Amino acid sequence: MTDLTPVLSATWGAEKSWTLDTYTNHGGYAGLTKALAMDKPDIIAAIKDSGLRGRGGAGFPTGMKWSFLPPDDGGPRYLVVNADESEPGTCKDIPTMLSAPHTLIEGVAITSFAIGCTHAFIYVRGEVVHVYRRLMKAVEEAYAAGHLGKNIHGSGFDLEVTVHAGAGAYICGEETALLDSLEGRRGQPRLKPPFPAVAGLYARPTVVNNVESIASVPAIIDRGVEWFTSMGTERSKGMGFFSLSGHVKNPGQYEAPLGITLRELLEMAGGVREGHELKFWTPGGSSTPIFTADHLDTPLDYESVGAAGSMLGTRALQIFDETTCVVRAVTRWTEFYKHESCGKCTPCREGTFWLALILKRLEAGTGSEADIQQLLDTCDSILGRAFCALGDGATSCVTSSVKLFKEEYEAHVTQGGCPFDHSASALFDYTNDDADAPAIEEANA
Amino acid sequence: MTYDEQTLTGLNKDATEIIARYPVRRSALLPLLHLVQSVDGFVSPDGIAFCAGLVELTSAEVSAVATFYTQYKRRPNGEYAVGVCTNTLCAIMGGDELYRQVSERLGIGHDETTADGKVTLERLECNAACDYAPVMMINWEFFDDQTPETALAVIDDILAGKEVVPTRGSHKVGTFKETSRVLAGFADGRADEDQGVGAPTLAGLNVAKSQGWKEAGK
Repeated sequence: MTDLTPVLSATWGAEKSWTLDTYTNHGGYAGLTKALAMDKPDIIAAIKDSGLRGRGGAGFPTGMKWSFLPPDDGGPRYLVVNADESEPGTCKDIPTMLSAPHTLIEGVAITSFAIGCTHAFIYVRGEVVHVYRRLMKAVEEAYAAGHLGKNIHGSGFDLEVTVHAGAGAYICGEETALLDSLEGRRGQPRLKPPFPAVAGLYARPTVVNNVESIASVPAIIDRGVEWFTSMGTERSKGMGFFSLSGHVKNPGQYEAPLGITLRELLEMAGGVREGHELKFWTPGGSSTPIFTADHLDTPLDYESVGAAGSMLGTRALQIFDETTCVVRAVTRWTEFYKHESCGKCTPCREGTFWLALILKRLEAGTGSEADIQQLLDTCDSILGRAFCALGDGATSCVTSSVKLFKEEYEAHVTQGGCPFDHSASALFDYTNDDADAPAIEEANA
Repeated sequence: MTYDEQTLTGLNKDATEIIARYPVRRSALLPLLHLVQSVDGFVSPDGIAFCAGLVELTSAEVSAVATFYTQYKRRPNGEYAVGVCTNTLCAIMGGDELYRQVSERLGIGHDETTADGKVTLERLECNAACDYAPVMMINWEFFDDQTPETALAVIDDILAGKEVVPTRGSHKVGTFKETSRVLAGFADGRADEDQGVGAPTLAGLNVAKSQGWKEAGK
């Protein structure tokens, strides 16, 4: 049995956990003190040696990302924290910023010092107002305590931090779209190269990192590389949040070494909903191919999940039991991608439109056998041909579900409707006498 | 532009503060649009013209940005933006039924506003609270683990003009305009309000505590 390893979440249960006082009483900002006495290249080397990989989904080595910045030319360089947590199923950065925003602020200070940034930005999605309040307060407290601002800890290092609220767009989680959005534009991805390290915010060298990646930095600096690498697997080092949601007895945040399995996590979470069994799950959010009970023992690290045909992604484990219609689930995710496609490239904009159209008729029981093949063909027209990862991600649940549950798609065709009782999946009881009635907007139309 | 002098003075003062946060003026556009919503309750033609003048763009260019983002409203929004998450996880856990019942109670559908201007209803995409599914958001505050009973009770309170309280986070839901002002980056002094940490947030921590587990190397 793998033990859980609460590091970022260690103080979440403390009285007023979000305040600077609580954070410093638990050893907070010791990492910053230590970092300010280090040589900058040594900090970058430590993060490289720790093996920390991006916790926002792509898993790119964090220290390597920092080291891609060109040599200092005297002009500004930026750190931008991606706090636009929106990948369906992902719900780890929001509690981190709500319960312990200073772990992020301290990480921002250390990272900025290491890469030579004097103005950092935290781009938080706009749909979480209390998180934004907490972040603004934490920044204000950090300034007052001398952890931000001029001459931090007497080191001569200056850092300004701006917390910026987005305005509702999943695509802004894509790092170059986020930069365009932060520049006051429509949030559409940029062609790469140049990568943000070379030409990012305002075309200056920029590091874009996820909240959890940056929040992991203080502990690595404070406790050391060996401490961090003692957790995890050979190539997936350290701890990370595993966010369990859905048909599970105790959903929530489980901070564990990478390489833990769903079987272990489910045991800690009280198992699948009473009286039910696991049908399918996402290992890393809706953009990662779905898994089934066959993958209960797959180590949840980058390599093992990849080898099993999916992606570790954001470790957003959405659990669905046998009452769930997979066609319904996939249709809804696809409508999401269609809604969130920024429209810049044709494969994604048109492809997600057609996928949603076909899936809706399949779910409603008016599709044909040929539609199932058409889904796969349409996915072929998107995968690898879209401008950014949104298009690729949109195909994951479609292709994986057709592969694993083709007979369920066929059943919708042969039965002329959905074979499932949707009320059986809900976490509350209801009678669905009116559930088939048209929605009010449709009725009014 | 039709803002009266007092409103315009306030807007200009706030806008100056927003613009000062960024090294490049145009970066202020998203918070400026939130600011406009805090005054007008939507991104009004006046607001667009106001922003355009400040960031040195045309009104058409500002409109092009504003229409990209779902939080910017093209028509006057209700005092309460009620959103029910109907992305896959929440929908299946009961979000579809919640949405149906809330919609029925309000008599409006997605992106529609009640005749009295009290509530605008939306189907939401994932709001990063999946461990609390099914979720409803009101003016971007969390209403976790909803049932039709809890959701309708909140809706009835809003319709009756009563204050409503989120299940996590702050002590009360502010108006759409008040919330927009916070999103423009103006603190309202409510960061320390707290409803206590929910069980899902502490789920792993509590298991670790009960097992006596600590992180490696300690």
